[in-house]
Amino acid sequence: MLLIDILKRCGVFFVIVWLAATLNFFLPKLSGQDPVRTKLLQQAQLGGYVQQGIDEMVKVYEVRFGLDRPLWQQYLSYIGDVVRGDFNFSIANYPRTVADMIAESIPWTIGLLGVTTLLSFVIGTILGALLAWPRAPRWMAWLMPPLWALHAIPFFLLGLILMYLLAFQVQLLPIFGGYSMGVTPNLTLTFILDIIRHATLPALSIILVAVGGWALSMRGMMVTTMGEDYVLFAEGKGLRSLTIFTRYCLRNAILPQITALALALGQILSGAVLVEVIFGYPGIGTLLFQAIRENDHFLIQGIVFTVIVSLGLATLVLDLLYPLLDPRITYKRT
Amino acid sequence: MNGLIRYLKRNVSLVVGSVLLLFLLAFIGIGHMVVDVEDARALSVRPLQPPSAQYPFGTDRQGRDLLAVMVAGTPLTLRIGFIAGFLGVGIGTVLAFVAAYYRGWADILIRGIADIGLTVPGLLVLIIIAVGIPGGLSVNQMALVVASLAWLNPTRTIRAQVLSLRERGYVEIARMSGMSGPAIIFFELMPNLLPYLAATLVNAVSGAILASIGLEVLGLGPIDAPTLGMTLYWVNFNAAMINGWWWWWLAPTAIIVIVFLGLFFITVGLDEIANPRLRKSA
Amino acid sequence: MNAILRVEGLHVEFAHPLGAVKAVDDVSFALNPGERLGLAGESGSGKSTMALAILRMIKPPGRIVGGRVCLDGEELSALDHEGMRRLRLAGIAMVPQGSMNSLNPVMRIKAQLADAFRDHGVQLSNTEFEARVADLLRTVGLRPEVANLYPHELSGGMKQRACIAIAICLRPKIIIADEPTSALDVVVQRQVMETLARVQRDLGCAIILVGHDMGLMAQFVDRLGVMYAGRLVELAPIGEIITRPRHPYTQALISSLPSLEARGTMQGIPGLAPLLRELPPGCAFHPRCPRAEDRCRAEKPAVREVAPNQQAACHFA
Repeated sequence: MLLIDILKRCGVFFVIVWLAATLNFFLPKLSGQDPVRTKLLQQAQLGGYVQQGIDEMVKVYEVRFGLDRPLWQQYLSYIGDVVRGDFNFSIANYPRTVADMIAESIPWTIGLLGVTTLLSFVIGTILGALLAWPRAPRWMAWLMPPLWALHAIPFFLLGLILMYLLAFQVQLLPIFGGYSMGVTPNLTLTFILDIIRHATLPALSIILVAVGGWALSMRGMMVTTMGEDYVLFAEGKGLRSLTIFTRYCLRNAILPQITALALALGQILSGAVLVEVIFGYPGIGTLLFQAIRENDHFLIQGIVFTVIVSLGLATLVLDLLYPLLDPRITYKRT
Repeated sequence: MNGLIRYLKRNVSLVVGSVLLLFLLAFIGIGHMVVDVEDARALSVRPLQPPSAQYPFGTDRQGRDLLAVMVAGTPLTLRIGFIAGFLGVGIGTVLAFVAAYYRGWADILIRGIADIGLTVPGLLVLIIIAVGIPGGLSVNQMALVVASLAWLNPTRTIRAQVLSLRERGYVEIARMSGMSGPAIIFFELMPNLLPYLAATLVNAVSGAILASIGLEVLGLGPIDAPTLGMTLYWVNFNAAMINGWWWWWLAPTAIIVIVFLGLFFITVGLDEIANPRLRKSA
Repeated sequence: MNAILRVEGLHVEFAHPLGAVKAVDDVSFALNPGERLGLAGESGSGKSTMALAILRMIKPPGRIVGGRVCLDGEELSALDHEGMRRLRLAGIAMVPQGSMNSLNPVMRIKAQLADAFRDHGVQLSNTEFEARVADLLRTVGLRPEVANLYPHELSGGMKQRACIAIAICLRPKIIIADEPTSALDVVVQRQVMETLARVQRDLGCAIILVGHDMGLMAQFVDRLGVMYAGRLVELAPIGEIITRPRHPYTQALISSLPSLEARGTMQGIPGLAPLLRELPPGCAFHPRCPRAEDRCRAEKPAVREVAPNQQAACHFA
């Protein structure tokens, strides 16, 4: 039974990968003309020292995706490229390959998003649980309105406000970038601290917003869970409040939270892209922003595909881990 | 009337949300009477003036009066949100009813697409769509692009709601008394879903506005329209933050915050109407 | 005989915007060691609230507004929160309703027992614990391997036995079982009741059985209390109640049974159970009572001894 579930779930993942590749291929063609070709030809006319390379790209592109070839052949060769992880050269940054540029910026995003998502999920969940717990200190009730308000604001807007207050007015934190200018990245403590200082504001703007969301949904789940029969019986068993709180309420209320986390990853990423853009953080979001500005279609397609696949992978892992937390799941399905 | 007032006293969220949005509508309405919205175009006024009696919100680097930009742009942004939101909920409702009422293959297909679509970061898909449209987007095209994904969430949540309603006794009775499928949907299910649909709609509008602003900040918006998102794009483009032109981003930020807070509180209020059970716990 | 549990003038109210509702209204009774006491009544009569009130587990908006509960001479209302917590399970254990999912779905049965031991300060080595769990499960008629299972892997009857095993793990003086067999099918119901009866005999504890199934009561309990609208309207040995019920409500209950051997639930009493929020003045039962007179509409009958060992709250009993 379990094996079938895992296979099914992996199947969904491959459908996502395939859909992402297919959308990448067909959506730009919907407009009737090929924007990739347009951009390539433009670039070729501009000239410059990489002229030869661009001319080369145009030729290769025409051979593989030219109008004389039937659509399905073009589609197949595109899918073949994607499977090999070949997203072609960056049009605007020839001769750099798209895969190269993505590999350079994706660790920044994974670092920022991993830390902020984990922190906000943990803090928000604990906060929400405490908000629902009748024995929590009174003043906690006052946290609700600010949490609600923060939760409703987009990440990057809070980012703008924080940037103005903490980086421009007080100059507590750097305003821009992933590390100080003129420094070559290395593995010293100074550089790592520099990275952390630069990441603080982007991270803060994601965490402060996301914590509110997790706290609110956890509070709701806790209220529902605390009305369950097993909590009443746990009290009848004379268990300590702390035992009931952790092992009977929190332990159960956290399950839907984790399902929600798997669903929310896409939204969190969409928001983080904008945060990166306004802070000029050297991650995938900023790279995407530049690619859009420069009309670098190969780069845009490569980024979108990579991100969708990475997120699909993250969701897959979460989904596969979930049965470890909920013993009912392997039996309930199928 | 007294009953309504008494209810609103309990449903504070609904009141707060409505007041925020009404304030915004009043701002737009009065603004259109007092301000010349032509000044929202570039090169209309002296550039980079901080707020003053003449330009209460200041002016930007390309010579737009920011007050005029807000008056002209806020309704544009709201329009994108409402068009996409209505389309999304409309399509979503139809799909959800088909899936939940008839089950079978239709359900598996619709639910599968919605579930997979929701795990994908929407903004990125929208970017691919927007990039593929040559010559940039108009405000209405923008709304359509955003709507292309706005139906996913409504489909999923409404489907779940219809499924739970479907099991209730009165639907069973209607079915046994020979009512047709569509008739049951319209006369038995719809009325019970209305508060829920309203909450979903407000949610969808808010999501659509967020998505449109996202696209605009990335530079994929209607270049010549003074929407809130495009204003923020210019803020970022001109590095207004580092240059200390605080008024440039303050006005659009404040208005966007008001829009999102207003919509959020209305959703909370509508949720309270849709699920009275929550009232006690809140 | 010295009572093991004494309930005196217990009052429980639920706050309501239109005025407080009396869910338990001046209930007094004594429970003898080793005795099986039944509490019967329609839903909403306050019998479950009573059970929770003895354990001091009433949740807001409910509140115990008066009365004393003494366990073995010790007054429970004087205990602090921690003292009361320690007394639950160790002194008075509850067996939850059979229709409920009273076991935590994500914990093995073993772990739910371990929690009980640990929070009551019982230190056990691993082997001692395993042996104790196996022993408890055998006592309630379950295989020891059940300890390693999750609740969803058990049938309804097995779950209820597991709950009984948890309830008796600290050898309580009193078990309060609130409809322990509701929602179980008849055969399983019988088995669970037999298990409950056996462990009660073995432990020598007293038991309060809350329920509405008069047939079941007749087979199981020594004495029966009948509740109506939050009041204990009659309390007598089961034989007396069945042969000579004193309160008209009890009479109606008994005569509504098809026969004593056949099982029956409380149906077929004319009129509706009263809303606690809109109790009629005087005797709460008078709108449904065949013998009601003017006095019943004006004056609330006090509980009084109507025969040796038999008390009732009716002007005519």
